[in-house]
Amino acid sequence: MSGGLLNLRAWRDPILVAISLVALWQVLHEIAGDSAVTAPAPTLAHLWEMIGQARFLPHLRETGLAFLQALAIACGGGVLIGVVLGGHKLTGEVAEPILVALYSVPKITLYPVILLLFGLGMPAKVAFGALHGIIPVVLFTMNAVRNVNRTYLRAGRAMRLTPAQTGWHILVPATLPEIFSGLRIGFSLTLLGTMLGELFASQRGLGFLLMTAIDLHDVKTILSIAVLISVFAIGANAALLAIDKRLHRGAAPEAHEKS
Amino acid sequence: MSKAGWIRTIVLVGAVGALELACRTGAIAPTMVIAPSHMVTALVETLQSDEIGMHLRTTLSAVAIAMSIAIVGGFVIGFILNWVPFLRRAFSPFLAAYYAIPHFAFYPLLIVIFGLGPVPLIVLATLFAMVAMILATMAGLDRVPRVLLKTARIHRLSLIQEIWRVRLPAAAPHILSGLKLAVAYSFIGVIAGEFILSTSGIGHEIAFAYDNFDNRRMYALILFVLGIVTLFNMAVFAWERRMLRRRGA
Amino acid sequence: MAGAPRLAAVDDAAAHKVHARLEGVTRVYPPRAGHGEVHALGPISFDLRAGEFFSVVGPSGCGKSTLLDVLAGLALPSAGTVEFEGKSVRGDVPDGVGVVFQEDASFPWLTVEDNVSFGLRRAGVDAAESKRRVDFALGFMGLRDFSRAYPSQLSGGMRQRVCIARTLVMQPRLILLDEPFGALDQQTRLLMGDELLRLWRETSATVLLITHALDEANLLSDRIGVMSARPGRFLDIVETGWPRDRDSRLAERPDFGAVTSRLWSYLRGESLRAMGQGTAAR
Repeated sequence: MSGGLLNLRAWRDPILVAISLVALWQVLHEIAGDSAVTAPAPTLAHLWEMIGQARFLPHLRETGLAFLQALAIACGGGVLIGVVLGGHKLTGEVAEPILVALYSVPKITLYPVILLLFGLGMPAKVAFGALHGIIPVVLFTMNAVRNVNRTYLRAGRAMRLTPAQTGWHILVPATLPEIFSGLRIGFSLTLLGTMLGELFASQRGLGFLLMTAIDLHDVKTILSIAVLISVFAIGANAALLAIDKRLHRGAAPEAHEKS
Repeated sequence: MSKAGWIRTIVLVGAVGALELACRTGAIAPTMVIAPSHMVTALVETLQSDEIGMHLRTTLSAVAIAMSIAIVGGFVIGFILNWVPFLRRAFSPFLAAYYAIPHFAFYPLLIVIFGLGPVPLIVLATLFAMVAMILATMAGLDRVPRVLLKTARIHRLSLIQEIWRVRLPAAAPHILSGLKLAVAYSFIGVIAGEFILSTSGIGHEIAFAYDNFDNRRMYALILFVLGIVTLFNMAVFAWERRMLRRRGA
Repeated sequence: MAGAPRLAAVDDAAAHKVHARLEGVTRVYPPRAGHGEVHALGPISFDLRAGEFFSVVGPSGCGKSTLLDVLAGLALPSAGTVEFEGKSVRGDVPDGVGVVFQEDASFPWLTVEDNVSFGLRRAGVDAAESKRRVDFALGFMGLRDFSRAYPSQLSGGMRQRVCIARTLVMQPRLILLDEPFGALDQQTRLLMGDELLRLWRETSATVLLITHALDEANLLSDRIGVMSARPGRFLDIVETGWPRDRDSRLAERPDFGAVTSRLWSYLRGESLRAMGQGTAAR
């Protein structure tokens, strides 16, 4: 069933989706006209040209740096907190409903508070991106640690493993697939949070470019940036999803279909 | 209440108390955070003012419309995709990547297309919420145990009876959790859109108060939004729990 | 069919009447990604006699469940014919056939009572008659105190009773059971077996039981069909000759072990073959 990276069937679906999305875009353009949706070809040409411009790069770097820092905090902090909450039952039970409630609340309303605490600029964006991403990482890690099959641990004891060996050879492989799923969702949400942070009261970054383009009614730039971000998001997600699936294949033998 | 529940209450009350103390003693400047007690009094004042009702109606009606379209549309689309394997194969890679996209990057585009007003907000929130409902509906229908469908055949049910009496009740827990997400995402979509750029609504009022250094009003409204969404979520959660308890879920 | 639940003794003359007939039945699954065509079953030909208790034993994966699906009309045979009460069965479940599965098939969103009356309501049986049959079935299966409970509040054995009761109220003339006690512990299995025998005696229905437990087949059956490894065929049909009025204490009889041994002598080699198939398929 599984093939190499050059497996044609694996690439067929994404390519078809990409083609149909561009087709959909063209149709929208035909319906709505140039003032609302610019055509794919000129927009992509505009994007290409924009990336070449010197004044574009600092904005891209600003957004990229904010995202990477937020991602590092969300992943590192999230796994750490998740392991603690998963390992200590009572703490986990105390924290879980609070985290779940926080997860489904419109966190955008907290952005002014973050701006007041961190001031306008990079730290606020990083904090806001990390705030979005960290919760799923914590929740997934916590559940992964909680749900480690006790039999594995008993088997480890029966084989007289040291605590370090138990950790490395049993706990890490047993929890990794679930934690990685959390990291994948954390990645998407951190990107969402960082972008949201830039769309409001920001002076640099891709979000800032988007907001200035509204005032200029510059549809081509809006679409270019939205497409750039989406392509990055979808591409990264596809790569992470592929790793995720591979990890889960090793983790759950019962998922194999019986003939 | 369970032991964890008691500790949670104590932790939350303690945190609020500590914040109150820090603000009152001046350890945290009122230009940053105001004391929780002041937030509450400010909230009461704000709710008594006339114009807040208008903003509240704007926001809640946009949420209600987006939520309804997302839930009904998401259920129907999810059902069709589950039923027609060809469509499902065509759309599933798209659905899998959907929530990786930061949707709010498209909000400026929606404003350009629909103009500043409730429509781009409703479209944004609907797009954000509907796919959760689609995915949940598909997941629910996928997980209907085969043995229950066999049982339906043993009882010689018609297709409509099979769907209504067996498939839908069996898929209900998943569909319900999709519904919960659709509600939360509708709120997030509308309020975030209002916050970024709009002319009215609660989200706009928070942003406006922030821009004008009106911390009392800002914190009052933040408290209001968090309170109302949490209450709403808790109500849905309680309803879900009651429905699922007898199933041993 | 309507009227009192049938408790009449079987007419001796009817004991050898053919109730269902399989002729040259095979089931072949088309090739799929990963493996070629799978010949799962047959060819199988045999007659199910009216009112008998027939068990099918065989190594895992030999197509026992496929046989049941074909007989119930849940699956089409690739070749051959299936008849029930003289009429051809082709892809639809005939009236008068009840099936109990190994998996828990109780509807978790309905109470025990609503689960049991599910089929009656769909069939449009009137309320008074429906209530009478449900009360009888609940009492018969020892579920009267749990009629308002939901399946999640019951043990696995009790849930399986709900499924049997749900089948019983339809007054089936042929009851097919697909390893109904497979998920239960040994003691519960023995007790459920006794109840199954009681049900069989009192309804005079024909019973076909799929099982992997040789003792269970031996204890419950008039005849036992022994199936080969895949593609499943009957190696032999063993007549036990036990009295109709029997229960789990039958196992104390000295000649009981002989039948089980005979079944095992057939199946030992087949099970080894089946294990080999399983390893190769992986």
